[in-house]
Amino acid sequence: MLILNQLWIIPLLPLLGAAVNGLFGAKWPNKAVNTVALSSTGLSFLSALEAVREFQGYYQQKHEAFYKPFFDWIFTGAAAGNFRIGFDLQMDQLTVVMVLVVTGVGFLIHIYSTGYMAHEGGYYRFFSYLNLFMFFMLILVLAANYVLLFVGWEGVGLASYLLIGFYFLKKSASDAGKKAFIVNRIGDFGFMLGMFLIFRTFHTLDFSTLFAAVEKSGWPPEAWGVFGTFTAASLLLFMGAAGKSAQLPLYVWLPDAMEGPTPVSALIHAATMVTAGVYVVARSHILFERSETALVVVAIVGCATALFAATIGLVQTDIKRVLAYSTVSQLGYMFLACGVGAFGAGIFHLMTHAFFKALLFLAAGSVIHAMGGEQDMRHMGGLSSKIKVTYRTMLIATIAIAGFPPLAGFFSKDAILFGAFTVDGEHQGNGGHILYAIGLATALLTSFYMFRLVFLTFHGKQRYDEHHVHVHESPWSMLGPLVALALLSVVGGWVAAPALWGGVDHFSEFLAPVFGVHEAPGLSEATAHSLELALAGVAILAATTGLLAAFWLYLREPKKPEQLAESMQPAYKTLLNKYYVDELYAAVVVRPLVWLSDHVLWRIVDVQAIDGTVNGIAHGAAAVGDSVRHTQSGNARSYATWVVVGALIVIIIVFWPALKPMIGMVTK
Amino acid sequence: MVPTQYYLILSAILFGLGVVAFVFRRNIITIFMSIELMLNAVNLSFVAFSQAMPANGGHKLDGQIFVLFVIVVAAAEAAVGLGIIILTARNRQSLNVERVNLLKL
Repeated sequence: MLILNQLWIIPLLPLLGAAVNGLFGAKWPNKAVNTVALSSTGLSFLSALEAVREFQGYYQQKHEAFYKPFFDWIFTGAAAGNFRIGFDLQMDQLTVVMVLVVTGVGFLIHIYSTGYMAHEGGYYRFFSYLNLFMFFMLILVLAANYVLLFVGWEGVGLASYLLIGFYFLKKSASDAGKKAFIVNRIGDFGFMLGMFLIFRTFHTLDFSTLFAAVEKSGWPPEAWGVFGTFTAASLLLFMGAAGKSAQLPLYVWLPDAMEGPTPVSALIHAATMVTAGVYVVARSHILFERSETALVVVAIVGCATALFAATIGLVQTDIKRVLAYSTVSQLGYMFLACGVGAFGAGIFHLMTHAFFKALLFLAAGSVIHAMGGEQDMRHMGGLSSKIKVTYRTMLIATIAIAGFPPLAGFFSKDAILFGAFTVDGEHQGNGGHILYAIGLATALLTSFYMFRLVFLTFHGKQRYDEHHVHVHESPWSMLGPLVALALLSVVGGWVAAPALWGGVDHFSEFLAPVFGVHEAPGLSEATAHSLELALAGVAILAATTGLLAAFWLYLREPKKPEQLAESMQPAYKTLLNKYYVDELYAAVVVRPLVWLSDHVLWRIVDVQAIDGTVNGIAHGAAAVGDSVRHTQSGNARSYATWVVVGALIVIIIVFWPALKPMIGMVTK
Repeated sequence: MVPTQYYLILSAILFGLGVVAFVFRRNIITIFMSIELMLNAVNLSFVAFSQAMPANGGHKLDGQIFVLFVIVVAAAEAAVGLGIIILTARNRQSLNVERVNLLKL
């Protein structure tokens, strides 16, 4: 119980690293900076491992989540109703998965960054931000109440902003950082309202107390179309999740976030931060499960996002943008899982996705490194023989994300599609089948655009000028993490494998204390098993179709894609321009806002009303002073006159009652 | 006995003359004299009131005592004031009050 009782040490280590590098790193050589950064995250990973080991023992004895308050952060005392928000950390099975993913993948990406960023300016700054991110992310997943979670939530947003805008001299990068921050604010607004509503209803924001209160309240689950507390709170929380996890309609910031350095895209915008929304939905599953409306909304939004982003990914030419849309799409998958009640499957996909998507980004970074900064796939091609390790690891990740067995992506995707197919609900009818069909179509598209990426980058004719680009394999500090992640992408799904031949899905069994056992309703075990096998077969078929289509279009008939684009010009243009969503938002939201700020808020409210008032008061005082100062003539006789005038006025005032009749006599 | 109003009216006339002279004359010495005039106008009303207020079979003496104070203060003021006037006259070769205007903007 050494680490478990001092759980704060896991997030604190990266914070120390961030502080040391941020305060003193500027003058240090790169080696000192990355020693600090790597040791802090490495130690954090080791202590997380030890904490998890200790938690297993703890759970064996107590059969409950580990919870420990460290200090009061907000405590109002009895007079204000004993409102308490503590720096309380907890660990349960869900936290275990998240902490290990965050520290493990985070550590690997730190190692990778030492190679990738070696020749960049602001080396210490980069690692300081990266460690800061780790700190906030760990606070987010370890927090035992919504408010502390929100601290981490906003903190990772800050780190994300800083890292997207890392090359802050580049206008597009600093704009992308702002965009990410502002779009996230919209979601956070909902998140906060959700917290307020929960607090108003249940008078607590602690997870354990809250969920116990919800279960004890005996309030019935809210059916489709009923807008009660559970529905409202769930939907508001989901609004926050949709912002952070880049779901429709708030996904627009994530593709732009690719302006940041590639390790940042891998760590923050693929593996960890963007999955925080999924984590929050899974963490709040007790609320979501009590509202059918909320679940349906989550499922539909997730499903729509998955398909929508996948179609955009089909035609992008920037290697990182393809991966960005792929991330949005896979996050949609995770929400689909949550929406159909298969929270375990969602978290499972979160984990495997963290492995293979981090690997894809890192490998893409390695390709960009090899190409000397080129990101456009049209200027690559035929790299497979030149950068072998990168090629092989990227191929593994691609197979994993496309959903071929026995790699990780297959099992998690399969679990999600199975969950969607068998979802129960009084009013959903065969809605589950529609969700399943869209999910399957997305799987096909995923397979297609990922193999398109691989074929365009590594196969086919060489489309770059060898005299200008000296292709070289990356150093081992970069390749090591690639190999490690490739290994995880292969074996990461095997814990769930026995389910295929009728055994136990160890992953959902592990998470069962948190989510309960998710059973396919109305199906006997044998039917469920044969159904699962059938669905797995269909999924493999879809992935194969995508692979073959990409193979045919980009290797066999390299002229064909252009002809296709030519023949379907409007559709192609729409996809290439990302459905004009950015343009739409600019026209509907941004430009009216800018106009309002410019013409009303600035020119009228600020300049005229506020500045006008302040300046008017000053001008008025000056004008009064200017006219009154002439009474100070310095002439003794004029002063005497004023004294006489004043005396006369005093006399008139004092003797007014006596004078009044006299004036009356005069005027008569 | 002369009625008190007469004294008061005379006092008011003297005071008014003093005020007018103070405001309109330019010679510092004249102004100084007009101040003395105003002071003595006030003294006159003091003694008049003293006489008009009987007490213990005689008159109430407060007003007369005030007059003594005023005379003392006026004497002191005359000493200081004449000193200032002499200095001004030496420095400016003039007694015109319009020229004593160093404080003017």
